[in-house]
Amino acid sequence: MAKGSDIQNQLLDVFFEECEEGLETVETGFLELDVDEPDSEQINLIFRALHSIKGSSGSFGFTAISEFAHHAETLLDEIRSGTRGIDADIVNLFLKSGDHIRAMVEAAREGSTVDAAETQTLTDAFKRILERAAGEGAESGSRSSVTNEEEAPAESLDRTWRIRFEPNASMLQTGNDPIRILRGLEDLGSLTVVAAAEAIPVLREIEPENAYLSFELELTTDGSEAEIRENFAWVEDECRLTIEPVGSAEALVEAPLDADASDGEDQAAEAADASARAEGGEARRSKPRSGGENARANTSIRVSTDKVDALINMVGELVIIQSMLSDIGENPDPSKMGKLREGLAQLQNNTRELQERVMRIRMLPISFAFNRFPRLVHDLSEQLGKRVELKISGEGTELDKNVLEQIGDPLVHLVRNSLDHGLEPSDVRVAAGKSEVGTVRLNAYHRGGNILIEVSDDGRGIDAEKLRAKAIARGLIDPEEVMSDERIQQLVFEPGLSTAEKVSDVSGRGVGMDVVRRNVKALGGNIQVYSKPGEGTTFTVRLPLTLAILDGQLVRVGSEVFVIPLVSIIESLQIRAETSNTVAGKADVYRLRNEAVPILRLHDIFGMDCGGVDASLVGKLMVVVESGQTKAGLVVDELLGQQQVVIKSLETNFKSVAGFAGATILGDGTVALILDVPGVMDQAGKSRPRPRKSKTAEPQPAPAVG
Amino acid sequence: MARILVVDDSVSMRKLVGATLTDAGHEVTEASDGCEALEIAKKEEADLVITDVNMPNMDGITLVGELRNVPAYKFVPILVLTTEVDDAKKQEAKGKGATGWLVKPFDPEKLLATMKKVLG
Repeated sequence: MAKGSDIQNQLLDVFFEECEEGLETVETGFLELDVDEPDSEQINLIFRALHSIKGSSGSFGFTAISEFAHHAETLLDEIRSGTRGIDADIVNLFLKSGDHIRAMVEAAREGSTVDAAETQTLTDAFKRILERAAGEGAESGSRSSVTNEEEAPAESLDRTWRIRFEPNASMLQTGNDPIRILRGLEDLGSLTVVAAAEAIPVLREIEPENAYLSFELELTTDGSEAEIRENFAWVEDECRLTIEPVGSAEALVEAPLDADASDGEDQAAEAADASARAEGGEARRSKPRSGGENARANTSIRVSTDKVDALINMVGELVIIQSMLSDIGENPDPSKMGKLREGLAQLQNNTRELQERVMRIRMLPISFAFNRFPRLVHDLSEQLGKRVELKISGEGTELDKNVLEQIGDPLVHLVRNSLDHGLEPSDVRVAAGKSEVGTVRLNAYHRGGNILIEVSDDGRGIDAEKLRAKAIARGLIDPEEVMSDERIQQLVFEPGLSTAEKVSDVSGRGVGMDVVRRNVKALGGNIQVYSKPGEGTTFTVRLPLTLAILDGQLVRVGSEVFVIPLVSIIESLQIRAETSNTVAGKADVYRLRNEAVPILRLHDIFGMDCGGVDASLVGKLMVVVESGQTKAGLVVDELLGQQQVVIKSLETNFKSVAGFAGATILGDGTVALILDVPGVMDQAGKSRPRPRKSKTAEPQPAPAVG
Repeated sequence: MARILVVDDSVSMRKLVGATLTDAGHEVTEASDGCEALEIAKKEEADLVITDVNMPNMDGITLVGELRNVPAYKFVPILVLTTEVDDAKKQEAKGKGATGWLVKPFDPEKLLATMKKVLG
């Protein structure tokens, strides 16, 4: 057992991961199951998953999980074999049980305990259903398995048994070999064997694949009859077997015997055995616990071997280039300059590719985040009494594991919001000439270095007028401000604004959308809403594929180099006299085609002392950036190159600084700060008077309210 | 020592059985369902096959029958490793030519004891 425990501990991670996958299968399986016409292959799939969870949890010493799963499996087995129907209640019970098993697995992983009352409630629910009709076969069958364990030797004294063992002719064809059975008996004690050869036919008639010998055995052992019998367990039906104690008047016991022909005298021993087993279970449990903590600390990613192979290839190439370069380095010669340049170019390519591929290891399909939604929508639609169809697409779109882990909650909020506020009650929908069943769509796709995730519904849409009125009432916007519907709609992300008429359990307290936006921003992304009254609403979340690396534009301001994320840059230009003017005293505005873009001087914002800042802007370089719907022009002294930079967190290395998303180390070893464009625009918006009543331009720097 | 083919769709079970057997000095090949097992079995001979019952593509009982049709596996011990305790399943497996069965929950010590029984 000691050896077994080690192996079990080592494989715990695999076990937990597998449980997670299995539960996923169970859940999606049930959610997709058509209760009226259940697909038998689908039920089989669920059954196999459940069955595996039960089997492995038992084998890993988590008997509570395996016992609980057993009830679910028993019921599902009846459904699978067609002896029992399935309805929505049963599906819900299975879903709840899946959650509970998940909690149990989680508890096993952490070494904590689960709500025993819940286990009991669900177990009772299964029992009630199972008792409703005949179908106890599986149940009683399982009982026998429990008692089928090794039995404590009833008598410790050696006894001699006389055994007559006559294999059927066909025994060999099931891979059983009498000789092995005899060897097994030999392990129990001292054995004498007399083979009876009279059944062997004449040579001509011999079937070489048949067994002809039969055996008279005498075994002296302290083992019980059950132990002896166990050796014959597999061939019960393939032989004639008698076992009798020598010198005892007991009647012959005819084979095949019932499996549970355990002696009555063993009952006390059996009880003791059971308690011993229970203790054993406990002991077994305590070990995996420590392993479980371990497992939590270093979470693992599954990587396909393709990706690993590609990496190994890349590294191979790197090694070749390295040896080539070091060769040049050792024998420097001007004639080798061409080769050196070539080698460096290759090195650059290779490094970039290697970087991309390593990043790709961290990339997971967004289905990991999407998978929870079928269940969520199922539960929520029931709670809200709305009929909802969830359509998911683009679930194979990959993104960084970190981003993936953090985008889940914001998405949940968006989906809840769509179900609760977006979709109208059925009667309203029908009255509006829409299908009674509302649709919520989740979609994901790549665009440039970003992943776009859309959550859309075909509900009532956002009432811009109502939202505007509310925003005015809360003093968020000026009553006279002229705003397009599109811009008004973005106000849903402001704190305290909700168009929900009544606060519900699900959402509508006005907290949320602003939190969603904050979370998305924290991930370096942004969120927009597009809504058409009466037709629906679409939220689009744009996220960087990874948090570790970004494409940046290097700029010089004064003597410092800064990095502006390329995603937020629209264009860079030189300011011409006729396109810039100063409004309201201090604010400079640039006329970019037909838009007025506020000009922000980075010198000012960062408090950098550079002579002649306030000198004319004419001729200066300006980088036009965008955050959400608003644009701004950042005045810089010089545009340097574009390159990918590795983001180093300021929080962990120094402290969080407003206006900066992080820092990076440049090729020459200096540190450059990475601009947090929305943050910079925020700061600028606060530090200068807001030109509110500007009538010339619609897009003002929307002072994003933090 | 012996070459053993372990067939189970559950990775953790497969690894658990596999690791136990490997530790005991056996050479283990793994397959994740009946189809894969059959293919492997035809290519390389095994001294023993241990298979789960419930698996996608081809279940364990079908696999037993298929293996018995492969000449090299006519007498090779095939054990069915399963929580399936009802006798009907066992009988079905035996009927297809299974040598015996191992009941899950799986106990490494018991597995090794059983190995002795089938590998002689």
